[in-house]
Amino acid sequence: MPILTFKGGVHPPEKKHFTKDKPFEKLPLPDFVYLFTTNHLGAPAKPIVKEGDQVKTGQLVAEATGSISANIHSSVTGEVVGIESFINASTGRKDNAIVIKRSSEDVWEYIEHDENFKRFSKEELINIVKKAGIVGLGGAMFPSHVKLSVPENKKIEYLIINGAECEPYITVDDMMMRTYTEEIIKGIKIIEYIVNPQKIYLGIEGNKPEAIKIMKNALKNENIEVAVLKTKYPQGAEKQLIKAITKREVPSGGLPIDAGALVFNVSTTYAIYDAVINGKPLVERGITLSGGVKKPGNYWFRIGTKVSDLLNQVELVEEEKIDRIIYGGPMMGIPLPNVDLPTFKGNNAITILTKEELPQKHEYPCIRCASCVKACPIGLQPYYLKKLADSRKNDIAQENGIMDCIECGACSYICPSNIELVKTFKTTKKVIKAIQRRRG
Amino acid sequence: MKLSTEAAPHFRTTNTTRKIMIDVLISLIPAVIASTWIFGFRALFIMLFSMVFAEMLDFSIVRFLRKQKDHIPDFSASVTGLLLGMNLSLAVNWWQIMLGVIVAIILAKQVFGGLGQNFFNPALVGRAFMLISFPTAMTTWYVPFYYQNPDIITSASPLGIITQEGMNTVLQNYTYWDMFIGRIPGSIGEVSALALIVGFIYLVAKSRIKLMIPVSYIGTVLIFSSIFYMVDPTKFGTPLFHLLAGGLILGALFMATDMVTSPMSIKGQFVFGMGAGILTMIIRFFGSYPEGVSFSILIMNAFVPLIDDWLKPKIYGTTEGEIKHA
Repeated sequence: MPILTFKGGVHPPEKKHFTKDKPFEKLPLPDFVYLFTTNHLGAPAKPIVKEGDQVKTGQLVAEATGSISANIHSSVTGEVVGIESFINASTGRKDNAIVIKRSSEDVWEYIEHDENFKRFSKEELINIVKKAGIVGLGGAMFPSHVKLSVPENKKIEYLIINGAECEPYITVDDMMMRTYTEEIIKGIKIIEYIVNPQKIYLGIEGNKPEAIKIMKNALKNENIEVAVLKTKYPQGAEKQLIKAITKREVPSGGLPIDAGALVFNVSTTYAIYDAVINGKPLVERGITLSGGVKKPGNYWFRIGTKVSDLLNQVELVEEEKIDRIIYGGPMMGIPLPNVDLPTFKGNNAITILTKEELPQKHEYPCIRCASCVKACPIGLQPYYLKKLADSRKNDIAQENGIMDCIECGACSYICPSNIELVKTFKTTKKVIKAIQRRRG
Repeated sequence: MKLSTEAAPHFRTTNTTRKIMIDVLISLIPAVIASTWIFGFRALFIMLFSMVFAEMLDFSIVRFLRKQKDHIPDFSASVTGLLLGMNLSLAVNWWQIMLGVIVAIILAKQVFGGLGQNFFNPALVGRAFMLISFPTAMTTWYVPFYYQNPDIITSASPLGIITQEGMNTVLQNYTYWDMFIGRIPGSIGEVSALALIVGFIYLVAKSRIKLMIPVSYIGTVLIFSSIFYMVDPTKFGTPLFHLLAGGLILGALFMATDMVTSPMSIKGQFVFGMGAGILTMIIRFFGSYPEGVSFSILIMNAFVPLIDDWLKPKIYGTTEGEIKHA
């Protein structure tokens, strides 16, 4: 079978060797958890607990409010001690977080579930996923129940499970596939039952031979095909994955469903399994803690644990060596201003980058080398968009597709002149969106 | 603990503009050696003088006129200077070279805003200026190894011969092998196709070049000259002759591919190369001046903004040519 891929992309150093063979370990329960009311795209969830309330693990603490909002559950057993405001790296602003002090060992409150998931109707299953507060765990945090609610007039031809994991350092999905093979397959079957696709693919990059082997073996007698993808960044981006596997393109401004496809990350698929079969709301997930730490690895952690608590477990290397700590991997990761911030549902990794691996940057003028044009997986002309953005020609930038930018950063990565391309596009996109909102 | 909050991507390529320019310089070494072997140390002096003076001039302008105190030489001016030197005749003298370099660096590059801002290939602008100002010196071609045999020093270049006397006379004087390894009169750095191709392979191996341009440029020349060859082989010459005689290889591999002055998209690069190929052949067949490479590239340089505007890559999720409105 040919190795599938998309046009464009770059090859950053993989750096997965730190953790790629580290089995999951459960981190000890934290003393406090800080649960953002925005652990998803869309409107913040509404807290339904108040200071002094006793909560169990898995108990609903904030309710979804809007159409793309999701429920939030306590990730420890204890007492609500207040609602504080924190910088939320996923939204870029200060958001409220429900603070819970752990008071006893883990006492769970489960949602309705059944080993025989076919006992439920499709609607009931979507409702379980909604109740469990499941969002896309690849990082985008789009509520899964919304994805699963396929409009009547749309048809799902392809269900694609995303195990590409193209960011350097991150190995959590790789390890999920190798550790929870049967669980993930069951999760896929639940999704299949709900959306009834014609064809199911599990996309894995070629640099995860173990996961490919294990999954291929386990899927021998299933109608799920393992699609081996070329190792290239951003192969795990939804649009690139769909293109590589189905040769179809999601229409500009549209959703995967407009191309007849639906994409779920493997960790999300596991979470759906865990909710439907075991009745567990989304309060814990796997994470890769890697880079400048003494004990890099893949860990299970409770959502809302402070980053500093996680880092205490893996022990940082000498402080002078650390340059930055990021939510996620080095290509798209968001840098943390300090380590006293909480984690959220989308955290698949915390990467600690040392000064050694970050070369000194010297910015030169653009020499029109066309590397960015070649690297852009969307077919944009980053050099030109940058010029337009810098001169505030937002209308022309829009005509040239700036809103289609998936912010993967391949252009900035490849630029020999070290020009901050994607950073400019992110800002310009925000400005354009703000103007559009004001115009109504 | 003090944490940096610089924006993603946190990883960057180790490639730099400076490394690109150094690689271009490295890729020209075989041609410089070949030229020195064929035309003697005077050729080496011209190339080095042009290169060093160009870099010094560029550096002084950026450092002292633009007052960029932290400017680190990126060696783009060295590339310009070396290429200009390679495009000269052995008959030019030092002050003529200096004037050529001044035009190349100041008029063609720095007045537009410096590196990356110019529309025309600076080395070719410098050469065009010298050709107009010093026509005799610029079109006096020394014969290869004249330093070993001082009886005959200058001769017409193969392209000059074909224009005057036809293909048969060319083949009486030179074999294709002569043309391939560089035993022909011509500009200092253009004569050895072999040496230029060796350097080019290095650039391709390091992905330092817009590859579509040489492919479409040379392809167009071969197709165009094949058609004319079928019309009148003795008058127009063979496709292989047009490939090897004159500055096509140097122009297509190292001048037309100048990153700053060529299109960004693959489609644009294809059209750019094709246009340069057609213009080269029109000038060679119908012009009063036997060589068309320099002027064809300069003319195509002028079209680059239009080409870039017209031939954009297809955006994912749109159909070809679709204009997007907000």
